[in-house]
Parts: sequence; C-alpha cells; structure tokens
Amino acid sequence: MAAEQSMQTPATAPGDTRIHNIGYRSYDGPRLGRGYARLSLYSQSLRGSYGLGRSVKSKVLPMLLFVVMCVPAAIMVAVAVATKANDLPVDYTRYAIVMQAVISLYVASQAPTSVSRDLRFKTVPLYFSRPIETADYVRAKYAALASALFILTAAPLLVLYVGALLAKLDFTDQTKGFAQGLVSVALLSLLFAGIGLVIASVTPRRGFGIAAVIAVLTISYGAVSTLQAIADVQGNGDAGTWIGLFSPITLIDGVQSAFLGASSAFPGGVGPDNAEGVVFVLFTLGLIAASYGLLVRRYKKVGL
Amino acid sequence: MYDPTVARLTYRALLGRRRALILGALPLLLIAISLAVRGLAGADDQTAADVLGGLALATMVPIIGVIAGTGAIGPEIDDGSVVYLLSKPIKRPTIIYTKLIVAIAVTMVFSAVPTLIAGFVLNGNGQQVAVAYTVAALVASIAYAALFLLLGTISRHAVVFGLVYALVWEALFGSLVPGARTLSVQQWALAVAQKVSGGDLVTSDVSLTTATVLLAVVTVLATWYAGQKLRSLTLAGEE
Repeated sequence: MAAEQSMQTPATAPGDTRIHNIGYRSYDGPRLGRGYARLSLYSQSLRGSYGLGRSVKSKVLPMLLFVVMCVPAAIMVAVAVATKANDLPVDYTRYAIVMQAVISLYVASQAPTSVSRDLRFKTVPLYFSRPIETADYVRAKYAALASALFILTAAPLLVLYVGALLAKLDFTDQTKGFAQGLVSVALLSLLFAGIGLVIASVTPRRGFGIAAVIAVLTISYGAVSTLQAIADVQGNGDAGTWIGLFSPITLIDGVQSAFLGASSAFPGGVGPDNAEGVVFVLFTLGLIAASYGLLVRRYKKVGL
Repeated sequence: MYDPTVARLTYRALLGRRRALILGALPLLLIAISLAVRGLAGADDQTAADVLGGLALATMVPIIGVIAGTGAIGPEIDDGSVVYLLSKPIKRPTIIYTKLIVAIAVTMVFSAVPTLIAGFVLNGNGQQVAVAYTVAALVASIAYAALFLLLGTISRHAVVFGLVYALVWEALFGSLVPGARTLSVQQWALAVAQKVSGGDLVTSDVSLTTATVLLAVVTVLATWYAGQKLRSLTLAGEE
C-alpha cells in the first residue's frame, strides 16, 4: 500500500492527469433528508419487533407472546358476558401486572434483536454515514420498542374494553378505567423499553442480551417482592412501600395505585399514598430519562 | 472424553470480559438480599427457606444455568466459529462432554456457593436449610446445564426457550397445574434436598426415587442427543 502510494504520488501532479469522463451524473434531485431517515428507521424497527419483514422463524416468538397476552383478556370477557357480571374479573390497570412475565419475555427477546445485531454486524457506522445523528438513532429505536410494547400491552386492554361495552357494563366507569389503564401501560412501555435497550446496547451477542435483560427484570422483581413480603410480616409497611422503588414492575404498580385508582399488588394491598406516589412518579420519569441519556452516551462512540 | 483445550476455550468464552460480571452480579445480589433480610427480620428458619427456595433455587439457578449452558456453545454456533472447532480431530461427543463439564462447573460455582453463603447469613444453617438448598442447587446445576446445552445445539433462540421453560413452565405452570411439577428440574432437586434436610421446611411433590431416575435420564439423554446434534450440525445464516 505504502509502496503503491509513493509510486503514484509523483505521477498525480496537478494538471498532468485527467480522469476520463464516461458520463456518470451525480444525483441532483430532491433528498428526503434526516426526518425521513429517522421515520424509516422507526417504522422498520417497529415492524421488526413483531417479525414483519423478517423470516417466518423470527415472527413466531413475538406473535406467540402477543397471542398469549390477549387470550386471557378474551376469556375474561367471555366469562363476564356469560355470567352477566357487573364488573370485569380484573381491573384494566392490574392486567399488565398479572401478565408481567410475558411482557418481560417480550422485552428481553426484542430489545436485543433491535440493537444487538446492528452492533454485531457493524451496521451502526453505516447508519451514521446517512444524514441521521446519534440522537435520531436512539430516539427511533427507543420509540419503536416503546410503541411495540404499547401495542402488546394496550391490545388486551382494548379487548377488555370492547368486551365490557358489549356486555353492557357501565360506560363512564369502564371508559375511565380504560383510560387509566392506557396511561399506566404507556408509562410501563417507556420504562421497560428504556431498561431493555440500555442493557441490550452493551452487548453484540443476542443471547447474552436476552439473559441479561430477563435477569434484571425478574431478579429485581423477585428480590423486591421477597423483601416486601418480609417487611409486611414484620408489620413494617412503610419500608415495604419504599422497597417497591427498586423494581420496574412494582414502580409502575406504585404509580398507578397512587394516582390511577388501581388497587395495589403490594403485600397487604397497601400501595403508596399521594405524597409517596409523587416520589414513585419522579423515580419512574427519572429512570426513563436516565435510560435515554445512557443510550445517547452509549452511541456517542460507535462500535464496542 | 475430556479435552483440556476445548475446556479452556469454553471457560474463556463464558467468563471472559464482561460476561463474568452478569454471572457474578446475581450471586452478589442474593447475598446482599440475605444480609438485608437478616437485618430486617432476624434469623428465622421459615424466612430462610422462603428466600432460598423462592429466589435462589427458583430464579437464580435456572438463569445462571441458561447463561452457562447455552453460552457454552450457542454463541459459537451463532457466529459460525464452531466450524474451526469441529474441523479438528476431536470427537463431537467429546466436545459436548467437555463443554457440559465446564457449564456444570460454572453453574455450580455461581449458584451453589452463593446459596450456601446466603443460607449461613440467613439463619446459620438452622435445621440444615442452607446445606439442603445447596445440595438442591448442585443437583439442579447438572440437569439444567445438560438441558440448556442441548437447547443451545438445537435452536438459535436457545436462551429464550430456556427462559420460557425456567420461568413460565416451572414457575407459572408449576404453581397452577400440579402435574407440571412432576416434570420440573426444580422439584427433582428439591426431592433430593428434602432427603438431606429431613425436616418439613424443604418439601417436594416428587418422590426421591422418581426424582433421581428422572434427573439421571434427562442429563444422560440430553448430553447424548446434543452429541448427535453436533455430528450433523448445519450452519444457517442470520435471519
């Protein structure tokens, strides 16, 4: 290489050589620009989260989890219609808490597919050779995974809501519950997507990413619920409430039982009151902001 | 049957760089929680059994088993570098056997040792709870490592399937459908632990004979079949 260059350098004196013009023309039409590139990245990532536009094999898992998420809702609606109950068997806000294992598995399987493969096949530099910037990439990926999660968690709520209206349950009551449920799952989607992406963006290995995400989500929940149960037995309910800050799902539980009229799944059924709820909300928003900040920082330097 | 070079490479793949951090974080967390519980609740045999059974054996051991079992072979098959190993004059079952030994050793070190420490922190091994759960973790490590190593050779999504088995089948179905408990590594390991502790704090739904037979059968069959799978391995491109 070096030898070649030293041979060529004297030959390329200015004015001496001319590249033969074979008639290539540069593109001078309109360019779609940064916003369009960001939107494309978002829609491709969102489709990819459900395996659309990918192989049949990669559709199986997300679709299966989506079905598993919706089937219990359909069964509940069927039971409510058949027994002419006055209320749905489960609250809108409680549904995501009950199905948290499915949500965790979805985040764990899809967050690494969203970002780890870009790292492993070194396609991230190619993205950044386009007009998008670090923040665009992070925003598109974050928004895509959060939207995918929102679809996953809101679809069963919609099934419940439509079913409740068909069963002629009280309209205002159901609409209020449905709206509260939507706010809660939106918050949950943002939080889980942020945590999943931060962990997955550290490793180019999909397998390790999945294991790490699921470990963080389940172990933190297991640890927190164990400690809460013990605090409850000890009659130390206050400590139990504060311990809820340390796992994503109990964090959402705390927020919604303080402000969204949900009954808490904490042991003893006593969630945080309004003043404590403010701390829960701030903590949740802080975590979402922190994961966004960490992602932006992570992609300042491309590669590993 | 045991190839030291393959073993060394597998250890490096499992514990190299930051992977040891994931594996090490879980045991540290367990010990930290045990310290917190001891501080909050004092020494209590029932609490100790709950924490060790619910957190250590039901969550930590399977997750470490998944990471070590699939991590021993999965990434190599995934990025295609396994062909360099397969093209060496080493028998395929030897490769599997060596990787199994490594996976078992890693799972045991990162799950059974912290379980023992946590047990002593929680109640100083009262009623043999700590030792019983350590034995359960040791036994479960063998079966999990063999099972997840097999999954690693069968599927590219081995980690997900492993986690679905560990978290959905054992935890969710096991608590709802009593029959599912008979087919759960966790319950087999608990049956052995029950024999060790002798008390009524550690209980299992499976009898000791069934458990030992099933454990042995699952481990041997999974290892054998993984060897067969590796003999006829086809490398696929990324989806």
